[in-house]
Amino acid sequence: MNRILPVLTVLLAIIAVWYVAAYFLNLNWANQQIAREGIEPTFSALFQNTMAQERPVLPAPHQVAVGLWEGIAGQKITSKRSLVWHGWVTLSATLAGFAIGSLTGILLAAGIVHNRAMDQSVMPWAIASQTVPILAIAPMVIVVMASVGVTGLLPKAIISAWLSFFPVLVGTVKGLRTPDAMQLDLMRSWNASANQVFWRLRLPSAMPYLFASLKVAIAASLVGAIVGELPAGATAGLGARLLSGSYYGQTVQIWSALFAAAALAGILVLIVGWIERLTLKRMGLAR
Amino acid sequence: MTTPSAADPVVEARGIDLTFQTADGPVHALKGVDLTINRRDFVSFIGPSGCGKTTLLRTIAALETPTGGSLTVNGMTPDEARKARAYGYVFQAPGLYPWRTIAQNISLPLEIMGYSKADRAERVARVLELVDLSGFGGKYPWQLSGGMQQRASIARALSFDADILLMDEPFGALDEIVRDRLNEALLDLWARTGKTIVFVTHSIPEAVYLSTKIVVMSPRPGRITRVIDSPLPRTRPLEIRDSSDFIAVAQDVREGLREGHSYD
Repeated sequence: MNRILPVLTVLLAIIAVWYVAAYFLNLNWANQQIAREGIEPTFSALFQNTMAQERPVLPAPHQVAVGLWEGIAGQKITSKRSLVWHGWVTLSATLAGFAIGSLTGILLAAGIVHNRAMDQSVMPWAIASQTVPILAIAPMVIVVMASVGVTGLLPKAIISAWLSFFPVLVGTVKGLRTPDAMQLDLMRSWNASANQVFWRLRLPSAMPYLFASLKVAIAASLVGAIVGELPAGATAGLGARLLSGSYYGQTVQIWSALFAAAALAGILVLIVGWIERLTLKRMGLAR
Repeated sequence: MTTPSAADPVVEARGIDLTFQTADGPVHALKGVDLTINRRDFVSFIGPSGCGKTTLLRTIAALETPTGGSLTVNGMTPDEARKARAYGYVFQAPGLYPWRTIAQNISLPLEIMGYSKADRAERVARVLELVDLSGFGGKYPWQLSGGMQQRASIARALSFDADILLMDEPFGALDEIVRDRLNEALLDLWARTGKTIVFVTHSIPEAVYLSTKIVVMSPRPGRITRVIDSPLPRTRPLEIRDSSDFIAVAQDVREGLREGHSYD
């Protein structure tokens, strides 16, 4: 209860601010509409109008809630209007991208820790890759891969991996370097091979860091997958819902897709966090 | 005096120099160190901080490479001896892995060295018994006191039958009461296993109580100022610390330390 109360208070405050903002942002259109229909522009008439426009500047919270509900429960999940179906399309690209990205990040980190040349060369390129706007990269990846006949999930997963490998790389390098000089000296006195040091000392020590960065990476993967859906013709996925919503001024659809994406990200982070707790507890590293 | 010079030398150092190049210029960590350590000796390095006692220990363990002089361990270079797994090293911190139980921690060097599973279990049980930790194999390090953790780390160093036990202030972080008990247990262990032990300390009573040979060192540059062969018998009850022999040796050590200081 102690934890729920502050969260609820903040939530209620946000919803209140949202309603007020929706009223004022949609007021202009409401005024025009009411003038056209010749209705007396009383506050209650205006308020009712701002809360129920078909294409509001900012949809009211309950409109988004209805949109979400319709999208999730109001359709067959195989329907092209179902947020579940679109969510699944995005989720599959996200998970594939997360897998590729995390694996790449971990492999690069292992290389950086063990190889001097990689230590000096990889990081600047990794940082450079993140400073290039993903929105500029995404269409090129899609176009280039389509030209060699690869379409569908993989290009989106690559864009998703582009965003997610970086936090994993940084976190894992940091984690693999946590064993102190004494631990490494002990290993040396036992004449342990680099392989043995990696699997028995470095990797287990890196676990807390690895999981912290995996949580960032899974959220980044979702962003990458959505961005990857934008230039792909906007046919499927939450990104497509966002894009087609903005084409046709369907703000309720945009906000519904946005909330679906946010909820998906939240659930994914929660799942990673849950695996983290379980693993670290089993390893005796949880405190 | 009591150690026969004809005994089998394990470590032979002749004129070892070790200079670290730092941003502030060269630091002479060791200069002209001559030392012979015989099999089954218990040798302590004692001196103020910066005298190179830890560096000398690390040099023997091939964790540092001398810049001059010659050093052999069992007739080999220190690095060859390291590869032959001649060293069991114990640091001031136990350095146990929190994700492994005590038994799994002790088993770690055995896994690395490729012992079979049955062999590992047998050895773990044996060394746990040696350090009086039987029954604690299934516990995690955080469930044990500091003294017990340090005993587990000694067990780990003993598990693969290294010739030489190198101990770098292993009891430095423990309180005096626990330290006394562990000193007594260490002597017992030494008697039962017949290891050669090299021990770094900055406690005079600890050095005198444990050692057959006390190496007094002094800083800038790190060097040996006095080597004292202890007249005390190998079997030593705690009460020996009140004997006149003990007090005389401690006196010697103290003088050696003072001599070192008169140089700077």
